[in-house]
Amino acid sequence: MPDDKILLAHGSGGKLSHDLIQQLFLPRFSNPFLQPLDDSARITNQTGPIAFTTDSYVVNPLFFPGGDIGRLAVCGTVNDLSMIGAIPAFLSLSLIIEEGFPISDLKRIVSSIFDAAEEANVQIVTGDTKVVEHGAADKLFINTAGIGWVKAGIHLSGMNAKPGDRILLSGPLGDHELTILSQREGFQFQGDLKSDCAPLNDLVGKMIEFSPSIRCMRDPTRGGLATTLNEIASKSNVGMVVEEEKIPVRESARGICELLGLDPLYLANEGKLAAICPPGEVERLLGVMRGHPLGKDSQIIGRVIEEHPKKVVLHTLIGGHRILDMLTGSQYPRIC
Amino acid sequence: MKFIDEFRDKDLAKGLLQNIEKTSTRPVQLMEVCGTHTVSIFRYGIRGLLPEHVKLLSGPGCPVCVTPNQDIDLAIALSRQKDVMIVTFGDMMKVPGSTSSLQKEKAEGKDIRIIYSSLEAIRIAQKNPDKKVIFLAIGFETTSPTIAVAILRSKEEKIKNLFFLNSQKRIPPALYALLQSEKLNVDGFILPGHVSAILGITPYQFIAKDFGRPAVITGFEPLDILQGVWMLIRQIEEGRAVIDNQYGRIVQENGNPLAMQKIDEVFVHDHAQWRGLGTIPDSGYRFKELYAEMDAANFDVEVEPPREHPQCLCGEVLQGIKTPVECRLFKTACHPENPIGPCMVSMEGTCHAYFKFS
Ligand code: SF4
Repeated sequence: MPDDKILLAHGSGGKLSHDLIQQLFLPRFSNPFLQPLDDSARITNQTGPIAFTTDSYVVNPLFFPGGDIGRLAVCGTVNDLSMIGAIPAFLSLSLIIEEGFPISDLKRIVSSIFDAAEEANVQIVTGDTKVVEHGAADKLFINTAGIGWVKAGIHLSGMNAKPGDRILLSGPLGDHELTILSQREGFQFQGDLKSDCAPLNDLVGKMIEFSPSIRCMRDPTRGGLATTLNEIASKSNVGMVVEEEKIPVRESARGICELLGLDPLYLANEGKLAAICPPGEVERLLGVMRGHPLGKDSQIIGRVIEEHPKKVVLHTLIGGHRILDMLTGSQYPRIC
Repeated sequence: MKFIDEFRDKDLAKGLLQNIEKTSTRPVQLMEVCGTHTVSIFRYGIRGLLPEHVKLLSGPGCPVCVTPNQDIDLAIALSRQKDVMIVTFGDMMKVPGSTSSLQKEKAEGKDIRIIYSSLEAIRIAQKNPDKKVIFLAIGFETTSPTIAVAILRSKEEKIKNLFFLNSQKRIPPALYALLQSEKLNVDGFILPGHVSAILGITPYQFIAKDFGRPAVITGFEPLDILQGVWMLIRQIEEGRAVIDNQYGRIVQENGNPLAMQKIDEVFVHDHAQWRGLGTIPDSGYRFKELYAEMDAANFDVEVEPPREHPQCLCGEVLQGIKTPVECRLFKTACHPENPIGPCMVSMEGTCHAYFKFS
C-alpha cells in the first residue's frame, strides 16, 4: 500500500476499499466462511440454542501494555458469549476509521485481532470498514458481534443464584482500568502493570466441564466487581456477603488505588470472571480454576444469603462492614 | 508497596479499637477535615466500629464541594466563547452551576475536556494552537504545586494559548474561619495527610494555641484513622491540645519546601470564596504579576448572578453543622446521577459518601 494514511476513499467501496480488504485483511483472516466475500457469511447450522451478542469498542489510547483495541474487541465479545456458557464460534468485525489514521497502526491492530481470534479459537467470518471524515470519530472504533453454541443442559443466568451458593473470583482486580489510566499524560505509575485483557472461553469450558451446575458467571468489566455482584443479587433476588480480605488485588494496583483514591472493586477488568456455584462444588471448582493459567489466583470471595435481598454487604479488612453499591457515574482520581 | 497490608490488619484494628474504648470516657465529636478521610471511614465501616459516643463529622476538605457557583458559572460562560476549550478534572463536569453544568454544556457541543493531571493541560494546549485552552484549576495544597508547575512550564515553553481559571484553596485559613464560628461543635480535628505532606505541621499550630483544640495529622489507611482517633481521644481525656503527627511516614515537620516554593513562585495569598463558608481571607491565591497574562479572570465575559438551590444544605454539611440525612433532597431529588449540590458529585463529597455507603 503506497500511502501511509487512511483516506476517505478507503471506505468508499471502490478500488482503494478493495485493495485494503485484499491486502490488509484477507491475508490474515482467510477462512472458508469469509473467503467467498459475499454479502453475508454462510455458517453451518447447529442444533440447540445459539448465543448471539454484540459490543462496540472505544478505548483511548488504542495501544496499551497488555493489549490494544483489536485484542479488546475480540476478547470482549468472546467473553460475553462465554459468560452464558456458550462456546464462541464466529465473530463479525466492523471498523469505523477516522480519515488520516496511520495504515501502519491499522496493520498492527489487524494483526492483533487475528492473534486474539486464534488464541480464542474463533473465526472472523464477516466484516466491514467505514472511513469517516477527520473529527467525526476518534481514530478508530470497532464493533464485533459473536455467535456461540450452547451445549444441552447448560443454563447460566444472573437469575440463578440461590442462598447458600458461593462466589468465586478468577484473579486480581483492576489491572485493565489502571493500565488505561496510567497511559494518560502526567501519570507515571505504570510499573509492572498491564491490562488483563484475555479470552476466557477456555477457562469457562473447563469450569463447565467439571461443574455443570454452575449457576452463573459474569466478567466484571465496566463498573467492576461491585456492580457485577449487585446485578446478580438483584436479578436473583438474593443477598450477598463478600470478604474483602479474600479479594485479590495486585500490590502495585493497590498502591496506585491508595494514591489516587480509587476503589479496586469498581475498576474494569477484561480477563476476569466471577462465578456463583452451589456450596458442595466450590472447592473442586476452585481447584479447576486454579489449574488454568487465567485462573491461577482464584479465590472464594463470599456467599449468597437469604437476608437483605438485592444488597451486597462487604466485610472490610479491619472487621467493619458496609453496603457495596453499584457504581454510579465514573470513578475519577481524587484531586485532593 | 507491601506496607499497605500492615495498615489494614484486623487484629491490629481490634487492639486500637479496644484502646479507644478504654481511654474514652465522655462523648466527643471529631471532625475529619478531608474528604479522602470521609471516604476511607465509610469504606472500611469505621463509624460502626467506634464506641457510640465517639462521633465523626465531615469537614470542608473536598475541593470540588467548596468550589462556589460563581466559579462554575464563569467556566460555563467562558466555554460559550468562540474558540475556547475548557479543561478540568472529571468531577467538576457534573457540578451544577446556577443554571447549567459543564457536562450539559459539553453535550450541547461546547469543547470541554476532562484531564487527569495538571500537566495534561499543557499538551492539550500545544495540540490545539487555534484554541484558547482554559484550565478550571481547583484543588488544595496537594494539587496547587502541580498547577504551579504547569504554569511555570507553560511560561518556559512560551505557550500562549493556555489560561488558568484559578479556584484553588488553602486549608489552614478555612479551619481558622471554621473555628471562629459559634455553631462549630468539634472537640478535635483529624487533619488531612496529603495536604500536610506539603504544608508540614507549623501552619496548624493556631488550632491548639488560639482555640485550645487538639488535632492529629492522619494517614488514610484504616489503621491510620483508628490510631489518629485514639491519639485525639487521649489528648482530650488528658486535657491536652497539641498538633500530633500520626502520618510520620509521609509528613515531615516542615512539609515539602520545594512544592511550597513552586506555589510561591507563581502565586500570592489572597481571599477566596468558599461554598458554604463565604469569603475567607488568605484562603486562596492570586497570580503574581509575571504570570498574570495566564489568568483566565482577564477574559471579558458576562456571568449570570450566582444562584444556589434553596434547599441544598451543602454549606452546612461542609461546616459539619448538618449531616446529609437532614437534607430534604438527600436520596429523593438529589442523588449521584442527578446531583443538586456539589457534595453529591465528588467521590470525596460527604453527601456522596453517605449515599454510597449507608
Ligand atoms: S443531599 Fe444534595 S441537595 Fe442535600 S445537601 Fe447534599 S448535595 Fe445538597
